Amino acid sequence: MQGITFDIAHMLAGSLVLVSFIQLYQQRLSALLNIFALHAFVLAASVAWQAYVQDAPHLYITALIALVFKAIVIPLALRRIVIKLGIHREIENVFGVGLAMLLGIGLVALSMVVMLRVTSGADPLAREDLAFALSVVLLGMLMMVTRRNAVSQVVGFMSLENGLVLAATGAKGMPLVVEISIAFSVLIAFIVIGIFLFRIRERFDTVDMQAMDRFRGEQR
Amino acid sequence: MMVTVALFGVLTLVALAPIAIALSAKPNATGFVYGACLIVTLILFLLALHSLLEHPAASTITLPLGLPWLGAHFKIDPLSAFFLVVVNLGAAAASLFALGYGRHEESPQRVLPFFPVYLAAMNLVVLADDAFSFLLSWELMSLSSWALVITDHRRAENRRAGYVYLLMASFGTLTLLLAFGLMAGGDGAYAFDAIRAAHPTIGTAALVLILALIGAGSKAGLVPLHAWLPLAHPAAPSHVSALMSGVMTKVAVYGFIRIAFDLLGTPQWWWSLVVLALGGVTAVMGVLYALMQRDLKRVLAYSTIENIGVIFASLGLALAFKAYAMDVAAALALTAALLHVFNHSLFKSLLFFGAGSVLTATGTRDMEQLGGLIHRMPQTAFVFLIGCTAISALPPLNGFVSEWLSFQAILLSPQLPSWGLKLMVPAVGALLALSAALAAACFVRAFGIVFLGRPRSSEAAAAQETDTNSLAAMYALAATCLIAGILPGIFIDALAPVVQALTGARMPVQTGAEWMSIVPIAESRSSYNGLLVFAFMVITGMATAFAIHRFASDKIRRGPAWGCGYPDASPLTQYSASSFAQPIRRVFGSLVFRAREIGTMPPPGSRAPATLTVQLRDLIWDFAYAPVANAVGLIAERLNYLQFLTIRSYLTLVFAALVILLMVLATWP
Repeated sequence: MQGITFDIAHMLAGSLVLVSFIQLYQQRLSALLNIFALHAFVLAASVAWQAYVQDAPHLYITALIALVFKAIVIPLALRRIVIKLGIHREIENVFGVGLAMLLGIGLVALSMVVMLRVTSGADPLAREDLAFALSVVLLGMLMMVTRRNAVSQVVGFMSLENGLVLAATGAKGMPLVVEISIAFSVLIAFIVIGIFLFRIRERFDTVDMQAMDRFRGEQR
Repeated sequence: MMVTVALFGVLTLVALAPIAIALSAKPNATGFVYGACLIVTLILFLLALHSLLEHPAASTITLPLGLPWLGAHFKIDPLSAFFLVVVNLGAAAASLFALGYGRHEESPQRVLPFFPVYLAAMNLVVLADDAFSFLLSWELMSLSSWALVITDHRRAENRRAGYVYLLMASFGTLTLLLAFGLMAGGDGAYAFDAIRAAHPTIGTAALVLILALIGAGSKAGLVPLHAWLPLAHPAAPSHVSALMSGVMTKVAVYGFIRIAFDLLGTPQWWWSLVVLALGGVTAVMGVLYALMQRDLKRVLAYSTIENIGVIFASLGLALAFKAYAMDVAAALALTAALLHVFNHSLFKSLLFFGAGSVLTATGTRDMEQLGGLIHRMPQTAFVFLIGCTAISALPPLNGFVSEWLSFQAILLSPQLPSWGLKLMVPAVGALLALSAALAAACFVRAFGIVFLGRPRSSEAAAAQETDTNSLAAMYALAATCLIAGILPGIFIDALAPVVQALTGARMPVQTGAEWMSIVPIAESRSSYNGLLVFAFMVITGMATAFAIHRFASDKIRRGPAWGCGYPDASPLTQYSASSFAQPIRRVFGSLVFRAREIGTMPPPGSRAPATLTVQLRDLIWDFAYAPVANAVGLIAERLNYLQFLTIRSYLTLVFAALVILLMVLATWP
């Protein structure tokens, strides 16, 4: 039992990292949103598996929230926004794809080294989970930094948050109310960001962050 | 039990603040608030005096406030009882003085709410028995006094004083915070009992001592951390100046004694080198600065620095003796320091009250505008003279006793085994002797220019004697100065439990000595009898007066003052404050202040006036403070660039910081 549960949990968390990598090199917004939906779906699967392994029924609710909101509602809503804004064209990366991937690999290695060092003595399942979760968080941040389109920054933020949920479910004994409140806060953040996107667009005719920098009178 | 009552008193003081705000529009608010402060501080004073004299067992209480795992500990032990006496005696005198002085206040609503809080905070610092309550009360004390310093915020110099004060106070609290953090260790054992039980390593203890010296020393006014003091103390209303100079610096001394003598355990011998050197330098520098000033209250503030130097020199000596387990000598040095704490709080409050009365009567603190006040304010002049005599350490007043005890302790230094100290202590003794002589010159100058001679301005000529309440406060302090001077044995014996608790020994019992003498070590060595000196002075004075008036002439004859041959008898031809200080400025000024005199003499035939300009530089400010201020300004200007980055640059910065921290964690050994 121990072997197979561990392997499956490992595989699911690992695939979350893999999907994060896939996100990194998506050049089109619509494709990016699809991958983000996949990201949330893998998260939901991973959380559900944790619920089964830890025998913690409330985690199923978390998994359900992840599935409904993050894998279905938010990607659909974002897609609507993108179509409404008319920006399902190609998006430019700041770095080249190769450099972004290399950086990502470095970050994953870093988080492995850190987490395996500081959690020595903890439950191996939790250790692996935490290491993967940190990688997902760092990759989400890398995405926020390397993209200049506001929508893809939002996607980076959401996938960062997925990493946090992964870490939270890996640690046993997290109360349900915390997870629900996190889920709602993400939803609210999404709503606020969505409104802002439209306002930005209204004012500046673009959601490209560089345009806003230019508007502030700074050329870089 | 004791401490509960004390805390109730403190609570009453704090509760006075909102009442003061509510009442501030009413005309009798001043009388009510200061009257209430007077009653509460008198009760607290009697309570502390009772704990000190009857020395019942230490009284403690733990309130469920503050840090959740710690609570707020309060305690009255002999040391805190003594400082409670000092604090509340000064506070009661200031409240009494303010009953009269406060009526002339331009905007009482700026003083009334903060004054009781300030009193409460000083009491709380002394009562606190854990690091958290201590630091919190310390900060409350700093903040409330800061609010009082900028009472008259319309004057730019007061705003600057408040700014410098706030900076230095935060810096001092920061170092104290670090000191307590080091003592409490990683487990956060902030209660003083737990700190006492822990045994820090030698390195940690030394670091704590240095930090405590900086933290408490910056509040007390140790050179070179004194820069804020002469700015802030004179800026406040005079009764608050008296509290800041007379009492708050003593609370800072309390902080240092609590850490160095009580919490840190056995001292190392070289600690005393640092404290002694700082004390000696502070004493001389303080009085030299005082001699150069024209502002009466600033003279007093700089003289506070000098006295703090004397106190710290005695404390350093006590540390040295304690490090070599010479308990009796340590007890002598510590008694000298504590007695000087008490004495200085008396006469410095008295002098600031006098300066406040002069300020109310004439509207100026500039000594060059004063003069001849002894005819218009005879009573103020009399008590001010007593204060000047006491602070100049002249017998039979109290200043002499404590400085004499300090020198007795210094004379014991040849018994110290360390050669460094054997050489150092006499040098510090020479510095103290120099500062005592200069202090006498400084107060001859202050009294002579302000009260003697002829008025230098129309305001000084039209001055009126101050009101009864203010005079009552000054007379009470002057009487205490005299009693402490002629019967010092009582006061030394009252200090015995404090000294006993901190050094493990005490001075011999004094009240039993013959003729009320005080004998620090042994009769064969030295003894002093204030009562005898006083009786001698009174009797010879009376006999001389009698002889002159009886046998010479009993007629009072008033004639024109001899004008030294000058036909123009303008008051401006009198000795001025600057001309009185000139010889000392010539001797010390070129070294300490880089003083330069630039005289211009117009050519013959020209009708332009000749001028003499004196330039003084504050070298400590120029070399210690200005570079720091410039560096901070420069760095702030450079960092200003960070305020105008793009969102993505900020994200990148955060991300890079996170990655770097993770890398540090990954490579940490």
